Amino acid sequence: MIGLLIRDLRLAVRAGGGFGLGLAFFLLVAVIVPLGVGPEAATLAKIAPGILWVGALLSCLLSLDRIFALDFEDGSLDLLATSPIPLEGVAAVKALAHWLVTGLPLVAVSPVLGLLLNLPGPGYLWLVLALALGTPALSVIGAFGAALTVGLKRGGLLMSLLVLPLYIPTLIFGAEVVKRGAAGLSVGTPLALLAGITAGSLALLPFAAAAAIRVNLR
Amino acid sequence: MSIWEYANPKRFMQTSGLLLPWVSGVAALCLMAGLVWGFFFTPVADKFGATVKIIYLHVPAAMMATSAWAMMLVTSLIWLVRRHHVSALSAKAAAPVGLVFTVIGLITGAIWGQPMWGTWWAWDPRLTAFLILSLFYLGYIALWAAVENPDTAADLTSVLCIVGSVFAFLSRYAVLFWNQGLHQGATLSLDKEENISDVYWFPLLLCIAGFVLLFVALVLLRTRTEIRARRLAALMARERLA
Amino acid sequence: MTLLSVKDLAVARGDLPVLEGVGFALAPGEALVLRGPNGIGKTTLLRTVAGLQPPLAGQVVAAPEAVAYAAHADGVKAVLTVDENLGFWAGVFGQDRVAEALDRMNLRALADRRAANLSAGQKRRLGLARLLVTGRPVWVMDEPTVSLDAASVALFAQAVARHLAAGGAALIATHIDLGLATARMLDLTPFKARPPEDGGRRGAFDEAFA
Repeated sequence: MIGLLIRDLRLAVRAGGGFGLGLAFFLLVAVIVPLGVGPEAATLAKIAPGILWVGALLSCLLSLDRIFALDFEDGSLDLLATSPIPLEGVAAVKALAHWLVTGLPLVAVSPVLGLLLNLPGPGYLWLVLALALGTPALSVIGAFGAALTVGLKRGGLLMSLLVLPLYIPTLIFGAEVVKRGAAGLSVGTPLALLAGITAGSLALLPFAAAAAIRVNLR
Repeated sequence: MSIWEYANPKRFMQTSGLLLPWVSGVAALCLMAGLVWGFFFTPVADKFGATVKIIYLHVPAAMMATSAWAMMLVTSLIWLVRRHHVSALSAKAAAPVGLVFTVIGLITGAIWGQPMWGTWWAWDPRLTAFLILSLFYLGYIALWAAVENPDTAADLTSVLCIVGSVFAFLSRYAVLFWNQGLHQGATLSLDKEENISDVYWFPLLLCIAGFVLLFVALVLLRTRTEIRARRLAALMARERLA
Repeated sequence: MTLLSVKDLAVARGDLPVLEGVGFALAPGEALVLRGPNGIGKTTLLRTVAGLQPPLAGQVVAAPEAVAYAAHADGVKAVLTVDENLGFWAGVFGQDRVAEALDRMNLRALADRRAANLSAGQKRRLGLARLLVTGRPVWVMDEPTVSLDAASVALFAQAVARHLAAGGAALIATHIDLGLATARMLDLTPFKARPPEDGGRRGAFDEAFA
């Protein structure tokens, strides 16, 4: 399993792996929104938590179809399915690899983008914490969506249609944490719910993803 | 005799063929009686005006929108556990019906909300939850449409339905948390204080019965069509091979 | 003792039954070559034996984790080197025989080259070298010699022969003669699934209108 993680990371980082695309997209969102909304600091401060979360969501979505599609095309997925690694483990490791190359960089650069969007001072800590807790759920939910559509020729658009509704609870609680944090309110409840969704998704969705892959390989 | 006998396509085609005209007829009667009674023979409430009468469409449609998803969840589980084709096809048949009920609920809600709240759309938790539900329906229908092999499609949509149910439920509570909302409390509830008065209630019950039967009739009809389509596809595939 | 036995197997592609009543057994040291025209269901049969799809009827009996499957596609990653590709699969199967596999398939000189820069035949050799690092006794191979030149086919046949001599078994769908002395042939044409009119298997939806 470690070997699979290392291979996936290596594939992402080498030429053509698409590493950094999600990050660049996240950056673009944060630059483009003020250009559309206008430069008033108060307006930007108000919408910053929502924009940053929506940006993170869309950046994650961009690279989801690579999780399984490339391995499906070159036959690796067939071979992995007949290997000693359980398919549930394959799904979990691939979601983890996706988070390490997409989610984690988003968490790391989010304070800088918060600055661009004029996020109020107390919000930074909660922004980083909420993204760190929430983005693993985005990756594992996305892996499930990618598993559902892996056998389809042009599954990308369909996958967005399937995955975005599943992202709603994470988005709501995640943005709520940042909103409340930025306003200096207590964030305990949404933070706990966000963590709960992530924990539940991590525990259960690899099984659903593995089931979907088995069906698609048949 | 067990209930699973009806999962046999032959048995299902026979029984549903007999039932369908009756269910459709009673549904039409209930809906006509309920709607005419509700629209023309109930007093106009001074607080709400005549617009309140849209509840005779709004409430049953909204109830069936969620019930249809629940039915899809049950039939999806039956397909995954017992591999009865009729079960999977009835879930496929129910999805567009459920989506239409959801859209009716949203549209009648907007028509009702405009004079009441002065706006066609508000990000009220109930409205938002139904909007989100319609997205789940869309995804489910799109997945059925995209996958070519019907058994593969049945398996994938069943898994999606189960996972989607959990997330739809979470979304429902997430939006409650997110905005407290304008929507009134439950129209029907066991708590007498919140309930509407009997004059409005009986025609509403008729309408609800009518919507339930309409749903059953549409699902039976569409499932029969799906079974015929599957048989046709099997015959054509065999012909190409021979 | 048999490593793999298949009894009265029926398989379907999509919704359509393609083969029925297929049966054979492989003991250590045995190889079976599957023959039959295109579309008869060789790939479907091999995928069923590999456990990737469920049979319509019948049984595939093998020890757990005994079967190593090699499909049309090699599962070779273009941006990884030959060594990395092979090392990854060796790790997945918990084996450490990369160097040996490189030598056997004559890939030693290419070990540090990226798979993107290999020819089709070299890539195929890499895909087959993967079988050597699985450490599994039953090799199930789908057209393994596609895009191999005569020398490489000989190399491959040698590897299979050595695997058989070491107590392994092989199930191969191929059209060319590998020159394996011990290999048996199985023509799948007689096992073609009959249509329901001739007493073949009926689909779930034929009953509805019976």
